[in-house]
Amino acid sequence: MNDYSICIGGQAGEGINKAGLLIGRVLGLLGYHLYMYYDYPSLIRGGHNFAILRAAEDTIGAIQGKPEIVCALDQETVNRHGNGSLLIYDSDDCKGEGIGIPATTIIREEGGAPIARNTVLIGAFCRAAGIPPEILKEAIQKEFGGRADENQRLALRGYHAAEERMQIPIRTHDPLPMLAGNDAIALGLIRGGLDAYVSYPMTPSSSILHTMADLAQNTPVLVIHPENEIAVITMALGLSYAGKRVAVGTSGGGFCLMTEGVSLAGMAEQPVVIVMAMRPGPSTGMPTYSSQGDLGFVLHAGHGEFPRIVIAPGTTEEAYEWSARAVHLAWQFQVPVFVLSDKNLGEHPKSTSIDPAFAVPIASIRSPRGTYARYCNMPDGISFFYPPPLSGNVVKVNSYTHDDVGITTEDPDLAAASAVKQIRKGATIENEMAYYGCLRVDGREDAPVALICFGSTGEACREIGERLSLKVIRPIVLAPFPLAQFSDALAGVERMIVVEENATGQLDSLLRGYGIVSDRRIANVSGRPFFLDELELKVRGVMQ
Amino acid sequence: MKGAEFISHAQNTWCPGCGNFVIQHTIKDVLSGLGKLPEEVVIVSGIGCHAKIADYMQTNSFYAIHGRGIPVATGIHLGNPQLTVICSAGDGDAYAEGLDHLIFAAKRNVDITVIIHDNRVYGLTTGQYTPTSPPGFAGKSTPEGTHEDPINPPDLMLASGATFIARSYSRDKKGMAEVLKRAILHKGFSFVEVLQVCASFYDAHACYDEHVYTPEGHDPANRDSAERLIREWNYAGEGAIPLGVLYERDAPTFGERVLAGKEGEIDRTGIIERAIGKR
Ligand SMILES: Cc1ncc(C[n+]2csc(CCOP(=O)(O)OP(=O)(O)O)c2C)c(N)n1
Ligand code: SF4
Ligand SMILES: [Mg+2]
Repeated sequence: MNDYSICIGGQAGEGINKAGLLIGRVLGLLGYHLYMYYDYPSLIRGGHNFAILRAAEDTIGAIQGKPEIVCALDQETVNRHGNGSLLIYDSDDCKGEGIGIPATTIIREEGGAPIARNTVLIGAFCRAAGIPPEILKEAIQKEFGGRADENQRLALRGYHAAEERMQIPIRTHDPLPMLAGNDAIALGLIRGGLDAYVSYPMTPSSSILHTMADLAQNTPVLVIHPENEIAVITMALGLSYAGKRVAVGTSGGGFCLMTEGVSLAGMAEQPVVIVMAMRPGPSTGMPTYSSQGDLGFVLHAGHGEFPRIVIAPGTTEEAYEWSARAVHLAWQFQVPVFVLSDKNLGEHPKSTSIDPAFAVPIASIRSPRGTYARYCNMPDGISFFYPPPLSGNVVKVNSYTHDDVGITTEDPDLAAASAVKQIRKGATIENEMAYYGCLRVDGREDAPVALICFGSTGEACREIGERLSLKVIRPIVLAPFPLAQFSDALAGVERMIVVEENATGQLDSLLRGYGIVSDRRIANVSGRPFFLDELELKVRGVMQ
Repeated sequence: MKGAEFISHAQNTWCPGCGNFVIQHTIKDVLSGLGKLPEEVVIVSGIGCHAKIADYMQTNSFYAIHGRGIPVATGIHLGNPQLTVICSAGDGDAYAEGLDHLIFAAKRNVDITVIIHDNRVYGLTTGQYTPTSPPGFAGKSTPEGTHEDPINPPDLMLASGATFIARSYSRDKKGMAEVLKRAILHKGFSFVEVLQVCASFYDAHACYDEHVYTPEGHDPANRDSAERLIREWNYAGEGAIPLGVLYERDAPTFGERVLAGKEGEIDRTGIIERAIGKR
C-alpha cells in the first residue's frame, strides 16, 4: 500500500495552507486520495504554521504521526518536524541535513514575490519524490490559473536544484476535488434548498460564511453578516417566517449568544438550520484548534423542552449529504436542526466525491381547511406551515406558550396541550429518522471490541479499527438518538471503547443515559486531532 | 377593511388608562385608512406590556423575545419585501436589551417601521428604570434613585443614520395617526418614539400635557433644524417637547441593496458543479 505524508511548514503569512493544497494538486494528479491537516495559531503574521498532506490509495480522513518528507521554510519547521524525515529546506534561511535549496536567492534572481518561496520548495519536493515535471506544471496551472507562468518558472528552478531520492509511483485514478468539511457543508445546504445564510464570523465556522458569500454572488442566494450572533439567529427566524429556508453558522461563544433564539425557534416552531463548529473552550479557548467539547451543550442548548435534531457528520461526503438533509428535516418537522462540526472536519480538505444532484426528499405538502391556525393540533404534532401572506388569513407565531392560532395563553389545559404537542412531534421525528441510516459501522463486522466515536474522530477510528480488526460504531445522528440502530450495531460486541475529543466523556454520558455502558474511554483535549499512530497506541493500551 | 377587523379576539389585559390602547387603535385606523389587508401586515414585537399588541392585532404577527424584535423584523422584510412590517418595541426592549439592533436597523435603512412604546419604565416587570427614565428615577431596582442620566433616543437615531425620525404622544391620537401614516409610507427605516403613559408605574401625563407641542413650519428635510428640535428636550429636564415628523430623507434601503439582482430560481446543481470544478 502506497501511503505518503508530506509536511510543509513556515511562519504565518507565508502561504502554508496554499502550499499544502498545491502539494495536494500534485499528488492528486498522480492518482492519490488526499487529506490535509492544517495547523495554525490564532495570529496573522509570525508563529508556526504547518500543513501535513497525506496521500493514500483509498479514501482517508486522518493523518499518520511522522511525515516521510518535510519542506521547511524556516528553522522551526526543521527543528520540529525535520528529524528522521527527508528534509527539503530553504538553505538561505535555515540549517539542516537533506536537500538544501537556496529558495530566497532563487526568488531574488527571478524577481518573484517572497511568498513564492514555497513554490520553489514544492518544485524541489517533486524532484526528490521522482514526480515528473509535467505533473508539477499542470498542478501549478490548475492552482494558479492566470499567474501560473511565473510560478512554474520558480518551481522548475527548485526542481532542477534538487535530486531524486525516492519515487512516488503514478496511479491511474482521476483526481477528485479537495473539499474541506466547511465547503461540503455550504454546498450541502445549497443542495438541500437553502435560500439564505446568516452568520457572524467565528473560527472555525467562518469559512462557511466566506464560501457561501462567494458562491452566492450572481445567484438569488442571500448571505447576511449582521451585528452579532443574537441578531444572526433572530434575523434567520424572521427570514424563516417569511418563507425562506435559512441556516446560520457559528462556534463556541457565538452559539452561547444564540441560545435564547434557539429556544424561540423551539417554541415558535420556526425551522432553522444551525451549523455549530466546535473549538476548544471554555470561553475563547484555542480558536484555531479543534474539540468535541460542546456535544452536551448543543444537545441541551436553550431553555425549556422542545425537540431538535443534532447531526454530526464525520467525513466531507457526510457533511454534504447530511447538510442537505438538515434543511429538509428542519422544514419537514419545523424544528431547529444542528449540524455539529469542528475544526478538524471543517477546515481540513480531503479528496471528496459528491453528487451535485444529490436527491433530498421533498417535504410533504398538506393543505389546511377553513381558518388557518399556525399551531393546529395534528396527531403527529406537526402543524401546517405557511409563510404570510396567506389569503384571508393571518399567520401568528409566538414565543409565549400559545393556543392553536398562536395567541398567548396561561390556561393550564392549553399549556399542557402545547407541551404534549412538542412531545408528540419529538416522537414523530424519532420514528421518521428510523428511515435514515443514522449511524455508520466500519471495521470487522464480528469483532468483540468496538470503538465508539462521533464526528471528525470517525476517520481516525475507522483506520485504527481496520488495522486492529475492531468494529467501529459511529452515530451520525445524535438527537434523537438512534437507539434501535445502535443496539443492532452492538450485536456481538463485548467491550466498548469510547473515543472522543473532550475531557469529560460527553458521548459516553449520552450513551449511559440509554443504558449503554462503555468499558474504557480515550480522551484527547490537545486541540489537535488523533494522529493514527498515537491513537493506535492508546487503543492497544486500553485493550490490554 | 374596517378598523375593527384589525382587532383580534384575544383578551386585553392592559391597565385602564394605559397609553398602549391609543397606539393600538391608531395603528388599526392607519392600516385601515391605507387600505391594507391583515394578511399584508406583520406586527413584530419583543416582550413587555407593549408587546402584547402582537396578540391583540388581527394581523400576521411574530411575538418574539425581549429586545430582539428588530432583527426578526429585518429578516421578515428581507424574506418578503412586499409585507408591511411594523415592529412594536418597548424602551427597555429597544434601548436597553436590544440597543445594538436599533442602531443597526437605522444604519442599514431597513424598510420597516419601529414604534417605541416609551413609557420610560419597565412595565411588565412592574416598575424598574429604563434608559429614558428621568434622572434620579426611584424604581424597584433603584429605590434611592438612579445614578445615571437618560439617553435621548431621537438624537441617537439621527447620529445612526435613520432616514425618518418622529415623536408622538399617547394622548394625541390625531397627531400620532398622521405620524404613523407617514412612517409606514416612508421608504426606509422609520423610527417613531411614542411618549406612552404608563398608568401604573410612571404616569407622566400631566408633565407631557404641559410641554408637548407641534412645531410650525418645520422642514423635516433640514437636518440642522431637526437636530435643534431633537435636542430641545433631553428626557431629563422640563423643556419643550416637540412632536411630529422631525427628520426625513430619502436613501436607498437595505432591502433594495441586498436584494438587487437576487430574483429568480436558484440553479443549485450549477452552483455545486462550478464550486467543485475549481477544486
Ligand atoms: C432576556 C430577558 N430578560 C428579561 C426579561 C424580563 N422582562 C420582560 S419585559 C421586561 C421589560 C419590559 O420593559 P419595556 O421593554 O420597557 O416594555 P414595557 O413593559 O414597559 O412595555 C423585562 C426585563 C425577558 N423577558 N427576557
Ligand atoms: S403597567 Fe403600564 S404599560 Fe403596562 S399595561 Fe399597565 S399601564 Fe400599560
Ligand atoms: Mg417600557
